[in-house]
Amino acid sequence: MSDAETPPETEFDPVAPNTGEEFEPVDVFPDSDDFDLRPGADSCYKCSTCDTNCPVAEVDDDFPGPKFQGPEQWRLKQSDDDHEIDDSVMDCSNCMRCDNACPSGVPLSQMHNTARGEYVSEQMDKLSVEYIRNRILANYRTSAFLASKVPRLANFAMNFGPARWVMEKTLGVTSERDFPAFAKQTFRDWWADRGGQVQSRENAKAARKRRGLPEDADKKVAYFHGCYSNYNTPEVGKAMVRVYEEFGYEVVAPEQKCSGTPMFANGMLDDARRHAETNVSSMSELVDEGYHAIASCTSCSMALRQEYPELFDIDGIDKVAENTFEAVEYLRIHEDLKGEVQAADVDGDLAEEFAYHAPCHSRNQGLDRQAVELFRDLDGAEVEDVGDSCSGISGTYGWKEEKYEKSMEIGEEMFEHMEHAEGETGMTECPTCAMQMEHGSGYEIRHPLELLEAALVE
Amino acid sequence: MAIESEVLVIGGGLGGLTSALAAAREGADVRLVSYKQSTLRQASGLVDVLGYTPDGDGPLTDPYEAIPSLPETHPYRKVGVQTVRDALSLFDDAVPTYEGEHTDTNALLPTHGGSIKPTARYPAGASAGLASDTRDTLLVGIEEMVDFDAPHVAAHLDATGVPFDVRGETIRFPGDLRADAKVTRYAKLLDTNSEVAVRGRMVPAREALAQRVNPLLEDEERVGFPAVLGDDNPGAIRDTLSDHLGVDVFEVPMGPPSLPGLRLEDALFSALDEAGASIETGNPVVDFDGEDRIEKVFIEKNGAKIPNSADQYVLATGGFVGKGVESDRDGVYEPVFDCHVPHAADRYDWFEGELFGDHEFARYGVATDGDLRPLDASEHNEFENLRAAGSVLGGYDFAAEKSGSGVSIATGYAAGQRAAQEAR
Ligand SMILES: Cc1cc2nc3c(=O)[nH]c(=O)nc-3n(C[C@H](O)[C@H](O)[C@H](O)COP(=O)(O)OP(=O)(O)OC[C@H]3O[C@@H](n4cnc5c(N)ncnc54)[C@H](O)[C@@H]3O)c2cc1C
Ligand code: SF4
Ligand code: SF4
Repeated sequence: MSDAETPPETEFDPVAPNTGEEFEPVDVFPDSDDFDLRPGADSCYKCSTCDTNCPVAEVDDDFPGPKFQGPEQWRLKQSDDDHEIDDSVMDCSNCMRCDNACPSGVPLSQMHNTARGEYVSEQMDKLSVEYIRNRILANYRTSAFLASKVPRLANFAMNFGPARWVMEKTLGVTSERDFPAFAKQTFRDWWADRGGQVQSRENAKAARKRRGLPEDADKKVAYFHGCYSNYNTPEVGKAMVRVYEEFGYEVVAPEQKCSGTPMFANGMLDDARRHAETNVSSMSELVDEGYHAIASCTSCSMALRQEYPELFDIDGIDKVAENTFEAVEYLRIHEDLKGEVQAADVDGDLAEEFAYHAPCHSRNQGLDRQAVELFRDLDGAEVEDVGDSCSGISGTYGWKEEKYEKSMEIGEEMFEHMEHAEGETGMTECPTCAMQMEHGSGYEIRHPLELLEAALVE
Repeated sequence: MAIESEVLVIGGGLGGLTSALAAAREGADVRLVSYKQSTLRQASGLVDVLGYTPDGDGPLTDPYEAIPSLPETHPYRKVGVQTVRDALSLFDDAVPTYEGEHTDTNALLPTHGGSIKPTARYPAGASAGLASDTRDTLLVGIEEMVDFDAPHVAAHLDATGVPFDVRGETIRFPGDLRADAKVTRYAKLLDTNSEVAVRGRMVPAREALAQRVNPLLEDEERVGFPAVLGDDNPGAIRDTLSDHLGVDVFEVPMGPPSLPGLRLEDALFSALDEAGASIETGNPVVDFDGEDRIEKVFIEKNGAKIPNSADQYVLATGGFVGKGVESDRDGVYEPVFDCHVPHAADRYDWFEGELFGDHEFARYGVATDGDLRPLDASEHNEFENLRAAGSVLGGYDFAAEKSGSGVSIATGYAAGQRAAQEAR
C-alpha cells in the first residue's frame, strides 16, 4: 500500500485514545506468575520500530524479534490459558534495546523477562544440560566467590585447555573465550584493609575542607559495586571511592549480592529475587538515612532502577529505584563535573586515546553519550565513540557454545570500528562488554571512572 | 546543580534534530533530550516540502511558489519562504547523501504502493528510480516481503502513465531467511556481505542476490528493490549489484519499519555530534519549573527527576504519533508544558465520518506567534523562552499535503536558530 492510501492518522482512534495512558501492571509475583501486561500489549500498533533495534534478529534467522516476543506473545497468552511460551524467548539476550525504541511505551523487556521466567519455571526440563549450564552462568557470583578464595589456582584452572574442552562438550560453555582473571585482592578486602567507612569519612572531611565546603556537609553515597568490580576489576571500585571522596562524599559499601542481571536473562527469576531482596533491604535502609545508591556497572544500575520494580514487589523497592544512579551520572547532576574535567589534564598511564563503546544497558538510562561528552575537553586523553552497535556478548549470551558465533557476528561492527579508531585502548562501563571488546580486539579495556580518577584525584 | 546548557531541545525527531543542529551551528551550547525513537523510523525517509495544497490541488511542481497562498496559520507562513529554503540548505549540508537540491521543482518518486509521490529531497539510493526518467524498469520483489508485491506495484505504476515500461518479478532472497525476517536482517547480510548457501554452495550475499535477478532481466536499464539494501553501506551494496547486473540499481522507499528513515536518523545524529551538541535519549521530560519563563525541566528516570536547565527551550515532541500531543475524553492537550492546543469542544467535531475525510484532528497542535512561541487561549505567549517545532505544531495536515518532513525541518531550523541567537 502506498502512504497515500494509509495516512498515518488512521493509527489514531479519537474515540478510544491509547496515547501515553499510564497503566499499572498487577504485580503479584511470586505467588502467581500472573502479571497483567495486557494494557501494555494493547498500546502496540505494530510499527516494528522495536524490531529494527534487535541485534539478535539482525543475525539469527530463527529469532522472531521483540514485537513477537513482547506484545504478540502477550496477546496470545491472554486469549488462551494453555498458550505455551515460545522457546525462542531463550534466544533474547536481554540487551533491552527494544525497550528504548517503542514510540508507544510498550514495556517490552518486562514482557520478555516475565515470559522467560515463566518458560523456565514451567516448560524447561530442570535436569537438562541447558538448564544446569544456564544456572551456573547466571550464578556467576557464586563461582566468583569460590574462585576469589584461590585466585591463582582459579585463574589457571578456568583457562586450562583440557578442562575447557570438557566444559564445552558437557556443559555447552564455549571454549573460545578466556575466563576473566580474578584479582589477587577483592574490592571488599581492599576496602576493609583501608579502614572502611571510618576512613572514608576522614577522607571526605579532608576533601571538603580543601574545597572550602562546610565540614559537616551531608554528602554520602552507598556503593553498589556488583560482583565484577569486587572479584575481577577492583581498580574500578577503588577509582569510584577515590573520585567520590575527592568531591567530599563519604562512601559506604553495604552488604550486597548479585544485581540479578544474568539471572533475568536466563529466566532464573527465583534466584534473582533472592538476591534482590538482600540488595533492596540493605539499600533501602541507607536511602532512609539519606544515602543514594551508586553503581559503576550500568547493568547493575539498570537492574536496581528498572528491572527490580518491574518484576518484584519488595518493601522499599521503588524508593531504591528512585535513589539509584550510575557513578558518573550522579556527579554530573550534583557537581560541576564538566568544569572540573575541563580544567584538568591527564598524563602517564591514562594519557591515551580510547575507543569507547556504550553498553546497551547504559542506553536506556540515557548514558550512552556521557563518557564521550564529558571527556571532550580533557587535556591529554581522547575518547572516541566506536558507534552504536551492540557488543554482542550480552552477559551470559556470548558464553553459550551455541550462541558464540552469533555473539561475534553482532560484535563485528564494533570490532571494526575499534580497529579504525585512533586509540588502542578500549573504554566501557560494562564488564561483559569489556570482555567482548578485549576478546575481539586484543585491547586493554578501562572504565571511565579510572580516567576520571587520573584526571581529578591527586 | 542541574545539567546546564544554553539551548535545550526536547524531542529527537526531524524537528528536534534540525533545531539542535541549527542552534549548535549558531555557536550555542546545545543539549538535545529525547524519550523514545522518533517517527523517522516509520516515515519513508523522503523529505517532502509540499506536494498538494490544503484543498488537495496537486501534485505541485514548485512547492515554494505555493507557500505564500497557504492559510495564515500554516507553519510555513509563520517562518516564510526564505527560511524554508535556508533550512533545506542546512539539511543538504548535514546529509550529503540526499539529492534534489539542484532544483526547486518537486521530484516524482515511485512508492512501494505503486503511486507517484512529489518530494523535495530523496536518498541517493532512490535517485535512479525517478519517475521522470524514461529508462525501462524492472522491479524486484522478495517473496517473503509481502509489503512490496513487485508485479502489482509495476501494474499500478504503469496505470499512472509513467513514461517508461515497467515490469515486476518476485524472487526468493538467497539464504533461506525466516518468512518474517526483519528488514535489518536483510540489511545486515548485505552490509557484511556474509556468505549464504545457494544450492549447497556458499556465495557472498550481494553476489547471490544478483545471481537471482540476472536471468529475469530483459532489456531494462534499471532495477528497483524494496529499501532493504544495507544500513551502514548502502552505496557499496548498490554498486556491487549494479556491477553484477550491468544496470543501475535503486531502492523504492518502504513503509514502517523504514531503513531509509533509520539511515537519515543516523546521519542527523552524527551531524549533531560533529557540531558538538550533547545528546541524551531514553527518558522523557515530564515536568518543569517556572512561570512566565521556564527555569528548568525535569527528566524522569525510573522515578528520579533529573533537573536540566537552559536559557532557551525548543519543544519538538511530535504530534499524536510521537506523543507530543495527546487527547483524552476531555480534550486535546500538550503534555509537557500544558501549552494550549486549539480544538473543537465537541469530540464529534474532531473527525469526519469517512476514514479519509477532512479530519480536523489531523491539524491539531500548538499555535504560535511568528517567532514560533506557543500561544495560550488568549493569544499571549505561554512562556517567553519556549519555541515549538515540528509536528507538535498545529495548522497543517502533513499527510494530506505531503509536507511532514519539510515543516519539521523548516520550523526546527527557525526555532533552533532564534533560540541560539537569544541565548548568546
Ligand atoms: C507513518 C509515517 C509516515 C510518514 N511519511 C512521510 C513521508 O513520506 N514524507 C515526509 O516528508 N514525511 C513523512 N512523515 C512525517 C514526518 O516523518 C514527520 O512529520 C516528522 O518526522 C515529524 O518530526 P518531529 O520531530 O516533529 O516528531 P517525531 O518524529 O514524532 O519526534 C518526536 C520525538 O519527541 C520525543 N518525545 C515525545 N515526548 C517527549 C518528552 N516528554 N520528553 C522527551 N522527548 C519526547 C519522542 O520520543 C520522539 O523522539 C511520516 C510520518 C509517519 C508517522
Ligand atoms: S532485549 Fe535485545 S535481544 Fe531481546 S528482543 Fe529486545 S532487542 Fe532483541
Ligand atoms: S515499537 Fe512498540 S508499537 Fe511498535 S511494534 Fe514494537 S512494541 Fe509495537
